[in-house]
Amino acid sequence: MTFLIQQTLIYAVPLMLIALAGVFAERSGIINLALEGIMIFGAFCGVLFVNLMQKSGALAKENAMSLMCLAMAVSTLSGIIFSLLLSLAAVNFSANQTVTGTALNMLSPALVLFLINLIANQNVLSMAEGDASSWFMIRKKALGFDVSRDYGFFMETFFFKSYPADYICIALFIILSVVLYKTRFGLRLRASGENPHAADSLGISVRKMRYLGTGISGALAALGGFVFVLTTANCSATGDVAGFGFLALAVMIFGNWKPLPIALTSLLFGLFKCIAAAYSTLDLNGDGRYFLAEIGISTSFYRMLPYLITLVVLAFTSKSSRVPKAAGIPYDKSKR
Amino acid sequence: MLNRKALSPLLKNDGVKSLCASLLSIFLGLFTGCIIIFIVCLADDEITLKSGLDAAKLILLGVFAKGRDAAGSLAFGLGGTNIGNLLFRATPIIMTGLSVTFAFKTGLFNIGASGQYLIGTAACLTVALSLPEALPSIIRWLLAFLCALAAGALWGSVPGFLKARFKINEVLSSIMTNWIAANLVTRIFENSSLRNTVQSGKIGYIMPTSMKGVATAKLGLDRIFSSSQINGGIIVAIIFAVIIYIVLFKTTFGFENRACGSNLHAAEYAGINSKRRTVLSMAIAGALSGGGAALYYLSGDTEFFWSTYQSLPAEGFNGIPVALLASNNPLGVIFTACFMSSLGVAGQQLKDLTAYNEYVADIIIAVIVYLSAFSAVIGQLIFAKRKREREAVK
Repeated sequence: MTFLIQQTLIYAVPLMLIALAGVFAERSGIINLALEGIMIFGAFCGVLFVNLMQKSGALAKENAMSLMCLAMAVSTLSGIIFSLLLSLAAVNFSANQTVTGTALNMLSPALVLFLINLIANQNVLSMAEGDASSWFMIRKKALGFDVSRDYGFFMETFFFKSYPADYICIALFIILSVVLYKTRFGLRLRASGENPHAADSLGISVRKMRYLGTGISGALAALGGFVFVLTTANCSATGDVAGFGFLALAVMIFGNWKPLPIALTSLLFGLFKCIAAAYSTLDLNGDGRYFLAEIGISTSFYRMLPYLITLVVLAFTSKSSRVPKAAGIPYDKSKR
Repeated sequence: MLNRKALSPLLKNDGVKSLCASLLSIFLGLFTGCIIIFIVCLADDEITLKSGLDAAKLILLGVFAKGRDAAGSLAFGLGGTNIGNLLFRATPIIMTGLSVTFAFKTGLFNIGASGQYLIGTAACLTVALSLPEALPSIIRWLLAFLCALAAGALWGSVPGFLKARFKINEVLSSIMTNWIAANLVTRIFENSSLRNTVQSGKIGYIMPTSMKGVATAKLGLDRIFSSSQINGGIIVAIIFAVIIYIVLFKTTFGFENRACGSNLHAAEYAGINSKRRTVLSMAIAGALSGGGAALYYLSGDTEFFWSTYQSLPAEGFNGIPVALLASNNPLGVIFTACFMSSLGVAGQQLKDLTAYNEYVADIIIAVIVYLSAFSAVIGQLIFAKRKREREAVK
């Protein structure tokens, strides 16, 4: 059970952050299909930073946590910069946002693989020394706890063998959800995505809001991408996140563009992802039998399930869908 | 002054405008590629300036030499083989480009070409490899091709139906169907007997269809372009492009489709059943993508990596730039697809001949797509500036 919860969280936390990234962009009126691309780019920048710092010896293993925080900051920054490409095209040039997003999804892996091949002479860039779990995971031994002792379900599940990066993400998720709903800025951002003309008539700069929305979106997606590879791919960048960004889009749609449903959906989809990744070794009730493996449903099915149920939900809730009304439509002052 | 006057009706022509915009995107894309090459060249001590120049030459000449003829620079060794491979690689993206074009003309953005392509792949391989060998191979080829068309059409019609029935944005539903297809195809083949167990080192692949004697006819093209992969598929693709052109621009059916694309409300007011158009148009788009997959994988010696759940085929997404650069003209698609695949060939040469890798070509393609998203705006800016200048002169 502990294993299941931990593994689910590892998938669910980046997922909810990236879905929130999608929300920030769409709520400001920009469709961000480039989530996947920004993730890849953010993951690459974060991993590159870790790699370079380790090589230069600036931050040794004792300072692993500060290294992690700095790497997270670097990837966040890289996401903001990368997302400027989207906002520039979408806001200043009234570009087709779907095409722009697709272009960025193509650009990011190409650029990242190009650079990785130059840097590492192979298709993967990993840490210069050690592995992600020994550096960035909370471990009993490192903190001086007794390795053999059981500290109770809560501590064992949510503290030991967990990644602090995940908790930073959860905190960010909560803070930004509050920002979106309870602050003046959040209201203005949402207004730009619902009815930009009304917002503009009240003196809100729609352009600025859309730049900010896309910027936050890029920051969160890149951070989510880095945390995703940190926790699931041993902190290595490959120019690929296996469609995780699109899964986040599904989460966003399924969660109806609202933070709380998004958090719950991420948990559900994270569970599917976890089952797909580890179902042959999952022992749910501890009787030594691998129940899920015995049912014999293919892993592909669990991987497919999130997309399938999103499609079904889309079909049945299309009338009550809360998709921001102006999302995807370039703002033109002269139109009404 | 006279010159400008003579040009001005030409510049007002929409076709010319979009051609200019496309050429501008291509130019800027190639320019970006070269800049990246030189930045890396300056930053990396191991790469000399000469190899940087070589790489830039490869990017540019790889395109232009093919545009003219086989008489490219000796150093790059451009011959019939390269052009044959270029045309072979262009075949599937002509089809996906047509797919995106057809949907676009009906006002739909078919981002689902990848999924339709995958489903088409699965259908054509399954049929081609499991039909009894007693049947003549041409019949098996035809059946496999038709099945790919049908499967693609079925897969494409799903987002179309959802759009028509529930008003769901086809982009979102296509993304979902793409990834469902990616997992479904993995599921179909993961325990299949069609996997290549004969040759060692091909564990992740499906048997090439030539093992069962099914292969696209070469039609003598291999003699013109010696030792390349080219086959009759390219001719089929070109025929499809012509058919789509005729359907879109010379028939009532196509006119009604385009009417839906340019002004949905006006089209409905004129009595066109836009919902049926949506489903039908997506189905045709899907069929084209599926057919593209069949033309690629029925060639006989192309191998399909069946574990597709981690990434979608690039051919599907490349249909988007192909269609955009051609400004959604089916005949233009033939040329833009060849251009795209020439970049792919240039990328391969970069990898083989210089310290750079093939991803430069992908970067260039991505930049071109990015720019083509607002090339119309760039064009407008240029024309507006020119207009202002003209007025200032007056």
